[in-house]
Amino acid sequence: MHQLWLIPIFPLAGAAINGIFGRRLSKSITNVVAIGSVLLSFLWVLKVLSGLGMFGHEAPTTAHIEHYFTWIQAGTLNVGFDLAVDRLSAVMLLVVTGVGTLIHIYAAGYMAHEGGYYRFFAYLNLFMFFMLILVLGANYLVLFVGWEGVGLCSYLLIGFYFLEKTAGDAGKKAFVVNRIGDFGYLLGMLLIFKTFGSLDFDKVLPAAKNMPADVGAGIFTAICLLLFVGATGKSAQIPLYVWLPDAMAGPTPVSALIHAATMVTAGVYMVARSSEMFVRSDIAMTVVAIIGLLTAVMAATIGLVQNDIKKVYAYSTVSQLGYMFLACGVGAFGVGIFHVVTHAFFKALLFLGAGSVIHALGGEQDLQNMGGLRKETPITFITLLCAAVAIAGVPYTSGWFSKDEILIAAHHRHPLLYWIGVITAGMTAFYVFRSIFLAFFGKPRGHHHPHESPLVMTAPLMVLAVLSLFGGFIPIPHFLEPMFPPLEAGHHGMLGWIATAAGLTGILLAYLFYVANPRLPQAFATTFTGPYRWLYNKYFVDEAYDAMVVEPVVQGSRTVLWRGMDAGLIDGIVNGIGKRSRNVGGGLKLMQSGNIRSYAAWVLLGSLVVIVVMALGGGR
Amino acid sequence: MPIPALPAAVPLSWYLILSAVLFALGVAGFLFRKNIITVFMSIELMLNAVNLSFVAFAYQFKQVDGHIYAFFVMVVAAAEAAVGLGIILTVFKNRSTLHIDEVSTLKN
Repeated sequence: MHQLWLIPIFPLAGAAINGIFGRRLSKSITNVVAIGSVLLSFLWVLKVLSGLGMFGHEAPTTAHIEHYFTWIQAGTLNVGFDLAVDRLSAVMLLVVTGVGTLIHIYAAGYMAHEGGYYRFFAYLNLFMFFMLILVLGANYLVLFVGWEGVGLCSYLLIGFYFLEKTAGDAGKKAFVVNRIGDFGYLLGMLLIFKTFGSLDFDKVLPAAKNMPADVGAGIFTAICLLLFVGATGKSAQIPLYVWLPDAMAGPTPVSALIHAATMVTAGVYMVARSSEMFVRSDIAMTVVAIIGLLTAVMAATIGLVQNDIKKVYAYSTVSQLGYMFLACGVGAFGVGIFHVVTHAFFKALLFLGAGSVIHALGGEQDLQNMGGLRKETPITFITLLCAAVAIAGVPYTSGWFSKDEILIAAHHRHPLLYWIGVITAGMTAFYVFRSIFLAFFGKPRGHHHPHESPLVMTAPLMVLAVLSLFGGFIPIPHFLEPMFPPLEAGHHGMLGWIATAAGLTGILLAYLFYVANPRLPQAFATTFTGPYRWLYNKYFVDEAYDAMVVEPVVQGSRTVLWRGMDAGLIDGIVNGIGKRSRNVGGGLKLMQSGNIRSYAAWVLLGSLVVIVVMALGGGR
Repeated sequence: MPIPALPAAVPLSWYLILSAVLFALGVAGFLFRKNIITVFMSIELMLNAVNLSFVAFAYQFKQVDGHIYAFFVMVVAAAEAAVGLGIILTVFKNRSTLHIDEVSTLKN
């Protein structure tokens, strides 16, 4: 036993302490509890993994499972509360607790002047608990507990500034959209149980692997597509991606931790975890790859023209998640997870850097009101630049490794996937450097007095900057090879360099547009008004969903369910019963004259009736 | 010791008819008289009419049950008389009337 349960229990305890007693604790104690619990969790992860020999050359290739108690026992359904660690969850654990610790430290600085301080950290710790349950769960149901729990915490934290209506609305939107995906996951889970009679990974996945090839292609397609519906909700893919950009209404550390680095990668993790089933269904794999690629392209194009710095990075996240699913869809699960890790580094850094910029400008989020911050906030600038070069795929940064591997794997499947991916990579580099140039170069456009953030915020930035630059040298795909056999990709030196060139071109174009010739973007926007408006309004997807889904549901609820069913039928029945009783009572109360002799007369009449009836009945 | 035979001249039905007549008189008095004391007396009349039929049946069937019931009814009637007369006295003291239609404040 390696006491795996301690890993999630530390943040849970932190959440409980801060949530129950937080109002009475001072900020420094809240900090110690919140950061300390996550740090302890991180250290315990390190201890467990080294105890399992994960860091050695002969790391175990099988899962270490710890069974704590039988959770559900009903008929043939036997679900244990089991936690497990294998190579995949080891990687995820390190990312979640490692990046989580950095973001908690950062948040202590970022949230210092905000109300509801303890509440924020209680939620954040609770999120860590559920995320760790999600990663550690040894069956689909325990995973689902974490899956729902992180959704709940996401909702709570998006709506953290609940006095603003937009934040509350965004929280609700995230929750509702995620429910749709969760429903798919739930159905997939039931289908898994029906097919394999178990929900444990170590029973289902080998069974899936050993199933004869001619059996069950249909069932695998159904299961995988249902699970993938869940993944599209949680990981913000077409058609359920709409909640993630709105989720930026939450505090920036939340955007970094939940909506960039960890929670939204849960879908990728789950698909990779179920890879044995996905590889059995060509249809499902194709769907995953195409949805991933489409999301990547679409979100990247929207990101090109957004003016809110967090919105740019939000669409960037959606786009990068699309890359991860592209990797999974072409069978390169290990590379997909590799991109999860590098993305966690550079996207967390992008968001934290954006948070630092917003902090420096006193809450300003519009790129058009920034500019010239290079001098005032040098640390933020340099660290953010590290993240930008990583996501743009500048050679030997972390994003370069993972993205190139994804694109090469995509080429192996079909060259078209590769070329679209390359163009998207160019756009990625463009929009990220657009935000950098707009924020840090040129002349200041707002009326602010920017100041560099305190060390508690910049220190995590620096650590993440190092990881963004050099994280690509961690051989994660190689580490995961026992679980996800590599594709026979052959030698594709040229393909990688083309993708790199696309990224560099994107950077160059952004430089031309926003530094060398700042009037160019305006000229483009006026020349291509139509496409610009489409992109700026995000393809009007929100409006289309409103018209096609939200309005019919709201109207249907109002007219049929509310006016018809509730007010008409149910209230009608209840009020009708009341009215009828009152009518009957109104008639009967006439008998209650209050006159004793009339009562006596009734009694007499009654007795006479009884006597007459008895007499007619023969005296019995 | 053998119970002496009933005089043959008085059959059970006579007692019952008398009882019914007394009861009917009681009912009529209860329903139609306006004075509370008269109404009260009508109730007593009804009770005793019933007592009469109890005792007559008991004698006819040579069983003691009827006698016992008659005693119970007497006890109840006595208790009722005590309470009822108390109420009547109080009503008269407060209202200076014993007309039954004027004592109707509990209605509504």
